[in-house]
Amino acid sequence: MKKIVAAICIAVALGMFGAFAAQADEFTKKDLEKWNKEFMSVVKEGERLFHSALGKNKVSCDMCHPNGANTHPETYPKFQKQIGKVVALRDMINWCIQNPLEGDPLKLDDPKMIALEAYITYERKGKPLDPGKH
Amino acid sequence: MKKITRRGLLKRGAVAAAAATLPLSLVEISWGKGSAQNFTFAYISDSHLTHIKGTKFVRNFDKGLKKAVMECNFMSPKPDFVIYGGDLAQLGKKEELEHGLEIMSKLRHPVRWVIGEHDFYLDLGRFWEDKISKTTYSFDHKGVHFVVLNSILTYDSWIKRWKTPEERMANMARLDNPNGSPFMVGDRQIQWLKKDLARVSKDTPIVVMSHSPLYKIFKPWNFWTDDAEKVQAVLKPFKKVTVLHGHVHQILYNQIGSITFEAMMSTAWPWPYPVSYIKKPNQIPKITVFMNRADPFHERDATGWSILNLENGRVTNHYKLWENKDRILRYDERLGYPVDTLYQNPANRIPPQEHY
Repeated sequence: MKKIVAAICIAVALGMFGAFAAQADEFTKKDLEKWNKEFMSVVKEGERLFHSALGKNKVSCDMCHPNGANTHPETYPKFQKQIGKVVALRDMINWCIQNPLEGDPLKLDDPKMIALEAYITYERKGKPLDPGKH
Repeated sequence: MKKITRRGLLKRGAVAAAAATLPLSLVEISWGKGSAQNFTFAYISDSHLTHIKGTKFVRNFDKGLKKAVMECNFMSPKPDFVIYGGDLAQLGKKEELEHGLEIMSKLRHPVRWVIGEHDFYLDLGRFWEDKISKTTYSFDHKGVHFVVLNSILTYDSWIKRWKTPEERMANMARLDNPNGSPFMVGDRQIQWLKKDLARVSKDTPIVVMSHSPLYKIFKPWNFWTDDAEKVQAVLKPFKKVTVLHGHVHQILYNQIGSITFEAMMSTAWPWPYPVSYIKKPNQIPKITVFMNRADPFHERDATGWSILNLENGRVTNHYKLWENKDRILRYDERLGYPVDTLYQNPANRIPPQEHY
């Protein structure tokens, strides 16, 4: 009996060890699909937000930036001459929400902010990073 | 012949120098012989007045149209007329069109109207045709034949796919809509155009005004008219043809055969150039020297309107840009296409004209 218990314990321990090892650096095609699906659902939500009135005057981001064009996410952080310091893309998203959209700024970790960034950068996929560029 | 004296020469030189430094709107311009054929008109377009609720409208867009109207009223020499190039409203609402009419009523000059998709797709042009203007017509002015087309029509199947007029309007209003539909002039209007032009001699200068460009630039944003080639074919036999259009909210010009195409600025906001969207190919005309990238911190930057001089049947287009140096496009008879009088030479271009 004792031998059997010990054998089970070893088997469980090995199994756990094995499982941990697999979790650390191995993932399947299915995992990739799942993660991409998660990402794309946030992009989709970002697209929806980008095309809706986020402020108080019915103006939406896409009215000046169809397909997120002219936002240049690959150039941030950069020196924003009008603000006089180096800022991130999310600072500019909030600037647009506060000014042309006449709304209240989002918290920087607001899921809406993440979604907007996901959509803007996704539309620019493949463009090499070029921080600081004007 | 009058004797030229040193004093007279100096006097004339001083007048010329003064004229060169005065803003355009203060200079009386005459162009050689047959000046009866030369005249000036103004072009205001794409104001997108947006109703919020009650009597509230988006302040920024109101300001653009009001500024253009005020500046037009100060024009000297006075324009013979003002063209409104379409998209007076954002969502085709009665409130928006009436608000637009009220602002436009302050103009001291006669107005000729072109309809845009934002004016049309809520009620399919009913309010516009009842209260504002016909959508297809022509007129003659000082030897030039002007034609106005409704170029923002589309396929019946698309018009019928929406449950409500509001849904249809919202889907047409979204520029980057993957469920959008390309603009077209349609066979009926093309037949009308053929008939209209049949009585016009081939050397009469023609100016066509449409909301969308009557050529193909970028389908995903409807910088596009699906049956543009058919319209171009009707215009082709005429020696001097200029198509003036709105919709693209940017400086854009092209030459296809004998036809010159020039875009008008928006008074509301600028659109990016399609080259700024890297996922889809575009057919931006190579001769266009881009306007400066917009500075959003200056609300009126990259918006404006145009003063157009008709000179011997060719248009000289003075882009009145509110936060930048004005741009002037003049048809170059030697090259056979319009050129920017300052920036066409690549050596003169400046970094803000780079779009990416």
